[in-house]
Amino acid sequence: MTAPVLETRDVSCTFQIGAGLFKAKRPLHAVNGVSLKLMKGDVLGLVGESGCGKSTLAKMLLGLQAPTGGDIRFDGAPIMGLDRRAIARRVQPIFQDPYSSLNPRKTVGSIISLPLRVHRVGEPDEWRDRVEAMMDLVGLARRFTDSYPNQLSGGQRQRVAIARALIMKPDVVICDEPTSALDVSVQSQILNLLQDLRQELGLTYLLISHNLAVVEHMATRVAVMYLGRIVEENDTDSLFQTPRHPYTQALLASVLTPEPGLGVPDAQLGIAFPNPIDPPAGCTFHPRCAQALAQCSRVAPMPIADGNGFTECHLYNPAKDVAA
Amino acid sequence: MSVILDVQALDVRIPLAQGMLHPVRDVSFAVERGETLCIVGESGCGKSLTSLALMDLLPRRAERRAARLIFAGEDLTRASEARMTDLRGNKMAMIFQEPMTSLNPSYSIGNQLEEALLRHRRIGRREATDRAIYLLEKVGITAAASRLTQYPHQLSGGLRQRVMIAMALMCGPDLIIADEPTTALDVTIQAQILHLLAQLQREFKMGLILITHDLGIVARVATRVAVMYAGQIVETGTVAELFARPLHPYTQGLLRCIPVPGRTKRGTHLGSIPGIVPNLIGDLVGCSFHNRCEHAYESCAATDVSQREIAPGRAYRCLLTAEQCAANAAKAAA
Ligand SMILES: Nc1ncnc2c1ncn2[C@@H]1O[C@H](COP(=O)(O)OP(=O)(O)OP(=O)(O)O)[C@@H](O)[C@H]1O
Ligand SMILES: Nc1ncnc2c1ncn2[C@@H]1O[C@H](COP(=O)(O)OP(=O)(O)OP(=O)(O)O)[C@@H](O)[C@H]1O
Ligand code: SF4
Ligand SMILES: [Mg+2]
Ligand SMILES: [Mg+2]
Repeated sequence: MTAPVLETRDVSCTFQIGAGLFKAKRPLHAVNGVSLKLMKGDVLGLVGESGCGKSTLAKMLLGLQAPTGGDIRFDGAPIMGLDRRAIARRVQPIFQDPYSSLNPRKTVGSIISLPLRVHRVGEPDEWRDRVEAMMDLVGLARRFTDSYPNQLSGGQRQRVAIARALIMKPDVVICDEPTSALDVSVQSQILNLLQDLRQELGLTYLLISHNLAVVEHMATRVAVMYLGRIVEENDTDSLFQTPRHPYTQALLASVLTPEPGLGVPDAQLGIAFPNPIDPPAGCTFHPRCAQALAQCSRVAPMPIADGNGFTECHLYNPAKDVAA
Repeated sequence: MSVILDVQALDVRIPLAQGMLHPVRDVSFAVERGETLCIVGESGCGKSLTSLALMDLLPRRAERRAARLIFAGEDLTRASEARMTDLRGNKMAMIFQEPMTSLNPSYSIGNQLEEALLRHRRIGRREATDRAIYLLEKVGITAAASRLTQYPHQLSGGLRQRVMIAMALMCGPDLIIADEPTTALDVTIQAQILHLLAQLQREFKMGLILITHDLGIVARVATRVAVMYAGQIVETGTVAELFARPLHPYTQGLLRCIPVPGRTKRGTHLGSIPGIVPNLIGDLVGCSFHNRCEHAYESCAATDVSQREIAPGRAYRCLLTAEQCAANAAKAAA
């Protein structure tokens, strides 16, 4: 079997949070033992509610945030030894907000060529050609080379961000909410572009999104995150057709597809939102779970293999009758 | 059912250094008690300014004009400043996207809920507190009495939005305008809040105007829909008609842009609407959509397009006949 391009093994990131003056700092487990594999050509969708740790995981994969536990491997080799620049050549980000992620005082040409200059790739006289080739690829007219970000539309700015991410010819692109700030008509253009680039350049994506319809459309696999852990992962069809974890089920039930007459579903989720500094015992989802069993408030569930993926929930524990 | 709000030919103009911005153009619609009108459209099309114009909350320099603006039988074009202040938060209430724009961080939740009522009614604080607790429970907040002493920053985004809804309901309004009330929330919380709004709106027989850019929300909560583009309403109809037989090329384009699980095929191209919206400074000549429309012909750039009503409450703004529009939709679907 081929090695994953990018892999996390039981990776964690814990922040120490000040609880107030004179009080000891308390740990916040933003990412809590996550193991994921990105195979070449995959589009791994990562979904989960705000604050569950998606961006923290993304930052660790980009080498922008050091894990406090576990390790991350690139082509089977730990990235711990690699420096930030070496990682940046292989893994590049596209962030949510094309407004704040571009330097307003730099021209489009200089924003896109920045990685070449930082990494001293090629000769300065080649840079302009490479920038223009990249602009052609992402569908940005060359006349924008000397424009500033504030002279571009949201969709054009996101194309600049994509061109900047791709100019180093990375293997993996981490897309953290790449279309959340865009209108639907612009979103569809960017999603189409990401699909084309994946084909043409053989890219592998991690796609973080709140929009499950976008994830269903783009992803080959989907991982669902809740309070720092992946609670379910599977290929896209299995996950959407037979969601197993109650949180995944609630998430999918909450998707408002444009089908009139169906009304707004009641996903049967409580409003007992967990405090990440003081997470619930046992399964961290149990206070909101409509299907919780007796052991759910006491024992943390272990991942249970399921077809091409796994689910971390006591409902699927073959030994649950014994344990309960 | 009775009409609670009737808007005819609403226009908003804002003088800017670059010229006269005309962000709301000839907007007409009506809302009945117990129904939800969704106004849908992309960023900058004039949704928020339309709602602010109804509430008389436009920026100072802005000019508002309307052929008719009637709320619960009262002509708002003639209402005094004082009368509008009396109506706002009372008979017509607003819910914003970001609850912190309407919640004051330095007062407790209880205090703000009670004030919303005491400002408009001659009643005692005790009664106001009772109503606050009743409504907090209504919007699904447990241990409501103990929440009264909490401050906005102590609540999660979803809880704050519930408090906002409770606050909007304090005086028993006839009309609620909710401007992107769930855009900042997670999908599960979004579904909870919309479920709640729809339920309360039916229970209290209020008119609801829900502003959103999310066609999924529109499909699930609207009774009727108004699609806005570049300051104009380009299509209106019942939610079933609009999704089953969209007429305007812009509406048709929008519906093709969104991925729908089970309907759009994974990995294929989504539809798109190339080009960008026109500048809203100065006059628009011709159809506001002509520079992006795949069906445009010469007249579209030259002839101003007015609403064509093909049935009561069903109208669109395009030079093509309804038959041509329907044929275009059928061709694109094939
Ligand atoms: N630098 C930091 N210091 C302390 N806490 C942090 C830091 N970065 C993130 N956190 C906390 O870690 C948790 C996970 O945050 P993260 O940004 O990864 O969430 P997310 O899933 O990306 O959320 P969203 O969908 O809102 O973007 C949150 O509780 C957040 O408050
Ligand atoms: N106070 C203001 N002064 C000048 N221009 C304004 C002002 N408020 C809004 N505009 C402009 O008027 C147009 C319509 O704005 P509006 O806020 O109504 O859009 P919207 O449809 O609510 O968009 P969004 O979906 O982004 O909230 C936009 O072009 C906007 O830039
Ligand atoms: S009037 Fe013309 S340009 Fe406008 S939507 Fe209709 S066909 Fe397209
Ligand atoms: Mg994030
Ligand atoms: Mg708005």
